[in-house]
Amino acid sequence: MSETGIGASVRRKEDKRFITGKGRYTDDINLQHQAHAYFVRSPHAHAEITSIDTSSAKAADGVLDVLTGDDLAADSIGGLICGWMIHSKDGTPMRAGAHPALAQGKVRYVGNEVAVVVAETLAQAKAAAELVDVDYNVLDAIVDTAKTQADGAPLLHDEAPNNTIFDWAIGDKDATDAAFSNAAHVTSLDLINNRLIPNAMEPRAAVGDYDAGSENFTLYTTSQNPHVARLVLAAFIGIAPEHKLRVVAPDVGGGFGSKIFIYAEETVCVWAAKRVGRPVKWTADRSESFLADAHGRDHVTHAELALDDGGKILGFRVKTIANLGAYMSTFSSSVPTYLYGTLLSGQYNIPTIYCEVDAVYTNTAPVDAYRGAGRPEATYVVERIMETAARELSIDPAEFRKRNFIQEFPHQTPVIMAYDAGDYNASLDAACKLIDYDGFAARKASSESNGKLRGIGFSNYIEACGIAPSAAVGSLGAGVGLWESAEVRVNPTGNVEVLTGSHSHGQGHETTFAQLVSEKLGIPIEQVEIVHGDTDKVQFGMGTYGSRSGAVGMSAIFKACEKVIAKATKVAAHAMEAAEGDIEFKDGSFSVAGTDKSMAFGEVSLTAYVAHNIPEDIEPGLKEGAFYDPTNFTFPAGCHICEVEVDPDTGVTEVVDWVAVDDFGAVINPMIVEGQVHGGIAQGVGQALIEGCVYDTETGQLMTGSYMDYCMPRADNLPSFRLGFTKTICPSNPLGIKGCGEAGAIAAPAALMNALTDALGVVNLAMPASSQVVWDALQNSAAKQAAE
Amino acid sequence: MPTVSMNVNGKAVSGEVEARTLLVEFLRNHLGLTGTHVGCDTSQCGACVIHLNGTAVKSCTTLAVQADGSQVTTIEGVATNGDLHPMQEAFRDNHGLQCGFCTPGMIMSGIDMVNRHGGTLDEATIRAELEGNLCRCTGYHNIVKSIAAAAKAMS
Repeated sequence: MSETGIGASVRRKEDKRFITGKGRYTDDINLQHQAHAYFVRSPHAHAEITSIDTSSAKAADGVLDVLTGDDLAADSIGGLICGWMIHSKDGTPMRAGAHPALAQGKVRYVGNEVAVVVAETLAQAKAAAELVDVDYNVLDAIVDTAKTQADGAPLLHDEAPNNTIFDWAIGDKDATDAAFSNAAHVTSLDLINNRLIPNAMEPRAAVGDYDAGSENFTLYTTSQNPHVARLVLAAFIGIAPEHKLRVVAPDVGGGFGSKIFIYAEETVCVWAAKRVGRPVKWTADRSESFLADAHGRDHVTHAELALDDGGKILGFRVKTIANLGAYMSTFSSSVPTYLYGTLLSGQYNIPTIYCEVDAVYTNTAPVDAYRGAGRPEATYVVERIMETAARELSIDPAEFRKRNFIQEFPHQTPVIMAYDAGDYNASLDAACKLIDYDGFAARKASSESNGKLRGIGFSNYIEACGIAPSAAVGSLGAGVGLWESAEVRVNPTGNVEVLTGSHSHGQGHETTFAQLVSEKLGIPIEQVEIVHGDTDKVQFGMGTYGSRSGAVGMSAIFKACEKVIAKATKVAAHAMEAAEGDIEFKDGSFSVAGTDKSMAFGEVSLTAYVAHNIPEDIEPGLKEGAFYDPTNFTFPAGCHICEVEVDPDTGVTEVVDWVAVDDFGAVINPMIVEGQVHGGIAQGVGQALIEGCVYDTETGQLMTGSYMDYCMPRADNLPSFRLGFTKTICPSNPLGIKGCGEAGAIAAPAALMNALTDALGVVNLAMPASSQVVWDALQNSAAKQAAE
Repeated sequence: MPTVSMNVNGKAVSGEVEARTLLVEFLRNHLGLTGTHVGCDTSQCGACVIHLNGTAVKSCTTLAVQADGSQVTTIEGVATNGDLHPMQEAFRDNHGLQCGFCTPGMIMSGIDMVNRHGGTLDEATIRAELEGNLCRCTGYHNIVKSIAAAAKAMS
């Protein structure tokens, strides 16, 4: 392994601009003569719009125009879409209501976009927004996931009676029912996966531009997938044909899924740029981010595990209600279905599973993928019920898991996924060793002598990522394939530009992708430039989410590099008057076997471009592209163990140790992979202990609408993490990569809540387990004990 | 409209601003120094931290007029003669950033806490001192490592 090749902790190339304040985020972009947009948003959770009077606003200082849903409709601009079809059990398609970019007829959540003011300055746009006179007929609102399907609940969309979008199922109901009727023991658990607000540190932003001369549109946007944004804006929303629309996602300050989707604001900005004849810029306030970014999670679940008298699992059944919010966001339908139900086997050999999911509308912000997208929800259900079952059966939780582990691969689960490779014993053993599991009893006693309650909790997660084989997801309802693209463009002077369809918004692709190319082509890493994020420069790509850029994005680059080497070999052979079969390529040099004749990579590329002496049957130049379609999902898995200490007087929980042993297959840059795990764990701890999105049940107002009320994990909420790795190579891609971006967020909440319920001696506890929640639980269990 | 004059990163600057203009707006929009970021509207996230007369201050909660006559240092001004500040080096060396959006504020806060604590910065102190800086990407693990490393290098 070289200092800059695969497996090395190379320091990041992109850091230079970020540490010197020279990053170029969307709000840093200013176009000449730009105007500023500010959105008028609904203050009501549910209301009919009876009229909108924009006349005063239009007359205000500096205002160029004020636009509403009627203006969009008059220009034949379509609504926002959901790109994944899900069918209910009876085969009927999901019942999706219309989702216009500016509300038409009704508003359905607080923050729903109603109109946009475009003015010379942002201050003028904000001032004029207060003059937009919207007349509402306020309706009752429903925000409670568990209650929105009741007869008589306020109806959001006429297309979806009982606010039910679909009722979907996976698995075998009859076989599972049979397993339960034969069970020696059934463990039952009711779980809520609490609603979260993604809160990437960079708020969403957009700058739309229209050139009347060329009739070309340009949109700068905080997107994780600029080509997908372009496709949706062109083909579905109708802003412009694809070839007349350029989308640029420059430096993006975090995404976590929330910047995948095609939202109202960037749609309106790029459309409005033509309407007003000026570039139109919008940046979200953090308050707007709270209201209008897609939220995450929000599941209500009842789960049951059937066991035999030896503690082996016979069957598993799950019923979930998944809140998708007021409108279906771009990938929302896939998250509680094919990214959730298919992971319910966990790391365990479960003969039969049956999972039902009802997706529902409520008067809340649309819900869609957020780091882990369905897999944190699945892991929470599996690992909480496993821990609970172990406690009910008085079996050590590690031993109970081992008894049920999948031991042989490949393993076909009852829920579509076929796990290709893994070793769950290895990660569990390593994690137990790292945290000194055997020493826990002594540590618990020591905590007790200090008046503290100590608990330990496991999370043996597995997830399916590296999304995904195109035909497979197509058959499951996806509207697109999930391959990735790369073009490796060798310049005459031998340096290389790699145009990747992936996008980096913190993942370090400019470094990791360069490590791969540097090693493969044998050229210094400084000579490799990774280009991403601009649809004018880069061929169509699917973008970054679902932990796919290593497994899928890099595999495309790998393939393109192989094509480059194949062509370069031909050029070198011809130049050195040797047979192609006699050429050896090693460390960036093409040599003729058994001689001292050789050509450096750069010499070969120059030869190819100068083209005075190249084989007759090939074209000049050295540039190759590849589209890589994965043959399977990848299956990162591992074991996280955490220890918590609770102060019973205050309910405050301290995370005193966190150990994670993950199997990500091949690792390109260990430093970057560890950083991904750190960040994921932090978000998982955030979900379990600290974060919770709350809507008022009477009014539908977002009560946690800023950092004053929505608590974010801070440095002093978290320990330093202790990480280990095991490795089973992923057999389904040329690099053996499984992916790592979401694993921490997937594993963490279950580990934390298992540890906390252990510490408190309670069966179940709500997330976020704030000090109030913990203290209340202690009072209740003390009162119970006193009464007994 | 008032005129403000100040020294920013060693350069005398001046501009006409509305009285309500925030210092961060003056830096980003009037001076084009976009390294200082706006991440929230309640003064909690710390992406806007700069140094005002040598002390860390949130520029989203400071009016430009309040900085009249002051020395302002932003992220663009901490390197000297093209050499990175030890805090900047430490963030790069220890992978203390991912998306980079919170990073200018983290670096400015980091420099300030080392200025105040010197070599006695342990992990618990660093974590407590980062109360005013949010990061969504790193889980803080490597930010703490970076600041500890810089503290050593700076002493």
